[in-house]
Amino acid sequence: MGQKVLLSEKEINIILHRLACQLLENHLDFKDTVLIGIQPRGSFVAHRLTQILKEEYGVNHIQTGFLDITFYRDDFRRGDKVLEANKTDIDFLVEDKKVVLIDDVLYTGRSIRAALTAIQSFGRPKEIELLTLIDRRFSRHLPIQPNYRGRQVDAINDEKVKVLWKENEGKDVVYLVRG
Amino acid sequence: MSELSVKHLLGIKYLNEADILLIFETADQFKEVINRSIKKVPSLRDITIANIFFENSTRTKLSFELAEKRLSADVINFSAAQSSVKKGETLIDTVNNILSMKVDMVVMRHPNPGAGIFLSKHVKASIVNAGDGAHEHPTQALLDSYSIREKLGDVAGKKVVIVGDILHSRVALSNIFALKLQGATVKVCGPKTLLPKHVESLGVEVETDLRKALNWCDVANMLRIQNERLDISYFPTTREYTQQFGVNKKLLDSLDKEIVIMHPGPINRGVEITSDVADSKQSIILNQVENGVAIRMAVLYLLASKIK
Repeated sequence: MGQKVLLSEKEINIILHRLACQLLENHLDFKDTVLIGIQPRGSFVAHRLTQILKEEYGVNHIQTGFLDITFYRDDFRRGDKVLEANKTDIDFLVEDKKVVLIDDVLYTGRSIRAALTAIQSFGRPKEIELLTLIDRRFSRHLPIQPNYRGRQVDAINDEKVKVLWKENEGKDVVYLVRG
Repeated sequence: MSELSVKHLLGIKYLNEADILLIFETADQFKEVINRSIKKVPSLRDITIANIFFENSTRTKLSFELAEKRLSADVINFSAAQSSVKKGETLIDTVNNILSMKVDMVVMRHPNPGAGIFLSKHVKASIVNAGDGAHEHPTQALLDSYSIREKLGDVAGKKVVIVGDILHSRVALSNIFALKLQGATVKVCGPKTLLPKHVESLGVEVETDLRKALNWCDVANMLRIQNERLDISYFPTTREYTQQFGVNKKLLDSLDKEIVIMHPGPINRGVEITSDVADSKQSIILNQVENGVAIRMAVLYLLASKIK
């Protein structure tokens, strides 16, 4: 099982700053915008972006929530494993807000489909955008594309993209794992 | 640890500690769901559940039905009182007829101990025991422990006394199994006539003095006097029972510490506990009811995910 470094800590940092700037360009003061990290792995990206926006670009008021999509997935009872739920933590309504869904890797698009359904439980957003750190091209099962992408990757189906974070795994790095 | 070790929920006796933890962690997420403005998730949209009640129930039936609907399952209800059971149909025939309408899960309450276990051996559906005679009532015990965990942070190391009719109570037996499994210490308290003979063999202690028991415990679970099951006189009068084993505010306030009061419902106000105790801030009776829906959603979700 070989693995190749796709992005180093430095590259991840540069990309996150670029994504933060792109968000800033479109949403300015984040008055009507909320960031929603998709659990479990998207919440790390959402958390980092919030931190950069607050600390380096002086956005004081920014609402960030974490959405678990387990109960909305379309592969319940279809895989071998029981789907384990994570915490949802959204203490605001998304009614009439611009929502930015945030995930680490966009692959088939099915998680995003589930997230689009799940977010409706918290109100009717004005619009929804999608931000992903890694966009795996040519692998979509559904017509879903990101508005903001960190890095586009061509990976074949038995390859996996693994994103590790300092908070969780001790280092920031993105691997392409074979086999 | 990501799936239950059982296919049916027949009793706490058949679960292990990891199962209980998984049910609680899943219930945490469902509790968040049922407090949203839109309280529904689509997980069980291709599952059909039959609620078969051969014995009366209000809160358990409502709680299961609400849990099923919050999970988007299709639900059919069946009460023995208005059915062919009265015409002499057997349990297996009744259930098989229902299952031939493509039902995936059965939630059953039955007056005979072991009815769920019997059924699980003869039909294909996943069975959830909603109370079988004086045997077990697993979802009640799970929601009781879950409520203790929510109120006191943990069940392990806590001291719990179960007061009242232990002899006829499936809630007592399931609670004893569940609490012991999670590392709590359990005492039972009640008139000698309502304590089973060898109850100590379950690893619990017997205390016949209510005040002593309450001073010892962190949590008191007050069981209902089940007049409908008392075939002979187990105590002279209800008034005497209340004097010896009923909790009132005066008794509660005179204890050395503040304890938590639970009751599985329905309450006989003024018998096991007085109204001011039931409605006091030490009582978590209504939290138990709310948690019941989350626990039942977790159980149904986890069992349904094992149906292939």
